[in-house]
Amino acid sequence: MHELSVAHALITSVQESLTDSHAPVREVHLTVGMLSGVVPEALTFAYEVAAADTALADSVLVIHRSPIVIFCPTCATTCALPDATAFFCVNCGTPSGDVRSGKELTITHLVLDDEPALAGERG
Amino acid sequence: MNEIVNLEKNVLEKNDLLAQNLRNSFAEAQVAVSNWVSSPGTGKTELLQAVLTRAIEQGISAAALVGDCATDNDAKRLAQSGAPVRQIVTEGMCHLEADMIAGHLSDWTETGWSLTTTDFLVIENVGNLVCPSGFDLGEGLRVALLSVTEGEDKPVKYPQIFHSADIIIVTKIDLAAAVEWDVDRAYEALRAVNPDAPIIETSARRGLGIDEVLAHLIAAAPATARQFIGQETP
Repeated sequence: MHELSVAHALITSVQESLTDSHAPVREVHLTVGMLSGVVPEALTFAYEVAAADTALADSVLVIHRSPIVIFCPTCATTCALPDATAFFCVNCGTPSGDVRSGKELTITHLVLDDEPALAGERG
Repeated sequence: MNEIVNLEKNVLEKNDLLAQNLRNSFAEAQVAVSNWVSSPGTGKTELLQAVLTRAIEQGISAAALVGDCATDNDAKRLAQSGAPVRQIVTEGMCHLEADMIAGHLSDWTETGWSLTTTDFLVIENVGNLVCPSGFDLGEGLRVALLSVTEGEDKPVKYPQIFHSADIIIVTKIDLAAAVEWDVDRAYEALRAVNPDAPIIETSARRGLGIDEVLAHLIAAAPATARQFIGQETP
C-alpha cells in the first residue's frame, strides 16, 4: 500500500504549488503511467484518506492512465504496449526494454473552484 | 469557467531529487550501491549473507543496510558475515524511500563508519514485489530476485519490479528439480518483462553463483561512478 506514501507526496506537492489566496481546488489531474507501479483504485482511496483535514479535502483526484511506450530497434520507431506484461514491439515482435514513457506520475493540472471573489480576474 | 492551473509536476520529485543527491555522493565515494528487491521469503538475506561473507574473506569492503517492517533479525544474520550492517525498521511501511537511506547513512557515519572506505553497499529492501518499484534510492544497480519455489509466471504478474531490475537473480536453484520448476517458462516470463538484464542462478546453501553475484556488484562500482560523475561535470 505504497499509494498512501504517493498520496501524501501528491497532496504536499499540490499545496506547495498554490499560493495562500487560491480558490478551493476542485480537481487534481494526475497522469499515472502503466509502469509507475501505482494502482489507480488504491491511489484514489489513499487520496481520500490523506486529503481529509487538508485544504484538498473536498477535491477529486482525476487519474489519466498513460501507456508504456517502447522504442523498437528493428522498426526504428516507438509503439505503445497494451500492458506491462510483454515488452515486445507490437508491430514486429522484437523484444525491447528501451522504455520511452510509461513510468510517469505527474500532476498535469488543477481545476480551481469557480469562486465569486475571483470572478473579476477571469476573462 | 473554472480556473486551470497547469503544473506538470512529478509527484515523487522530492524522493527523486534526494535519490539523485545520494547517487552523486555514492559516485564521489566510488561506492557501488545495489537495491535488492523481491517478495518475502525469496532468500535475499540468506544469499546476501553468503555474498557478504565471500566479500569479507577476499578483503573487499562491503556493507549492508537492511529494511524490514519490524525486528533487527536480518541485520543480525547479515552481520555474521563480518560486514558492517545497519537495520532500518520501517514500522510497517512497505518500502524504503530515499530520505530513510540518507538519514541512516548520516547516523551511521556519526558512529565512525565511512562510505568512502566501502567498496560496495547493499540495500536490502523490504520484502515486497510491488511497492519498492517506484522509489529510487540512488542505487547504481537494482537487483530483483525470484526463487524457484515461487510461480514461474511471477515476473509477468509483477512486471514493474522485474522490468526495473538491472540484474535478476534466481535463488534456491538447488530445489528446482524437487519443486519441478519449469526453467523455460520462468525465463520466458523474465524475458517478456526484461529482455536485457543478466540472469544469475544461485543457491546460498550450496554456494552456487555467489562469486558471479559478487563480481557483478564489484564491477558496477567504477562504471557507475564514472557514469554519474560524468553527468555531474559534463
